[in-house]
Amino acid sequence: MLKTDKKFPLAIAVVALMLGISLSAAQADDDREEGYRSAGNSDKHGGKYGGENRGSSLQTIQANAKWKQECSNCHIAYVPGLLPAESWRKLMAGLDKHFGSDATLDASDAKEITAYLVDNASNRWRAPTAPLRITESAWFKSKHDSHEISPAVWKNPRVKSPANCQACHSGAEKGDFSEDKVRIPK
Amino acid sequence: MFRYSSAFVWLGVAAMGLTTLPAFAQTPNEVLATLKTAAAGEPNFQEFSAARGEQFFKVKHGKEWSCTSCHTDNPAAQGKHADTGKAIQPIAPSANAERFTDMAKVEKWFKRNCNDVLGRACTPQEKGDVLSYLLTVKK
Repeated sequence: MLKTDKKFPLAIAVVALMLGISLSAAQADDDREEGYRSAGNSDKHGGKYGGENRGSSLQTIQANAKWKQECSNCHIAYVPGLLPAESWRKLMAGLDKHFGSDATLDASDAKEITAYLVDNASNRWRAPTAPLRITESAWFKSKHDSHEISPAVWKNPRVKSPANCQACHSGAEKGDFSEDKVRIPK
Repeated sequence: MFRYSSAFVWLGVAAMGLTTLPAFAQTPNEVLATLKTAAAGEPNFQEFSAARGEQFFKVKHGKEWSCTSCHTDNPAAQGKHADTGKAIQPIAPSANAERFTDMAKVEKWFKRNCNDVLGRACTPQEKGDVLSYLLTVKK
């Protein structure tokens, strides 16, 4: 009885501590990026990457279950903060021709998932652009240009495509893209 | 205090029990029967045929992909998405108990995949033939 009583607060404390650590790690990564290459990246739209910047926080702390379930059948469920709201609206309106495949959903699922994506879209996208491919955004290209990532990496069958975030970012599905966790497969 | 703690534990156990219970609404044979009802109403209906289903599953239908492009030649094996490379669990019910147990899911995926493979919806006859074939595949 004594044991049970003591374990409870301990378990809560451990969970809280872990949450705190992961949150602050994400924050730290973000802060580092803010300073990184800030010169030369601001322009008429304001903000880095010509205004095509991913959200300040990508971690899916409260992931929508429908989104998780429906968007991870053929690829990982890409976290909403990777694109601006308008991209998600366009993408969800064209699921019958989703990058060459039919990915249609029933109307109620589509509505719920669109709302989740739009509500959690990038909060730092200032440009009037709305690409459908994450890889077409300026922040993505800048982070993955040939100075950062050797072109040979993309040819590695274990990477296969820049759409396979999780090949190098093991925490991609949770929105964890911190640079210190990147592991490029050999 | 003890009472509260044990109540929490039991609540947790009950919640886990609920989420791990297999919630299969239908059996694959019930799904097949539903398809048969739909197919029987069409002109030129023939009894479902596993052989015809196998042929349908393995050939291309005028587009880039066949069913096997993602599900492989062996429906009991793990497949791989032809574009993204993401793993696809086996499609044969013998190898994957979740398959063909939810009519809405079955129709959702037939609609998508028939569009990708044939550029049109599949007929109930074609769906029934394919499921008849998949039901003959041993693990």
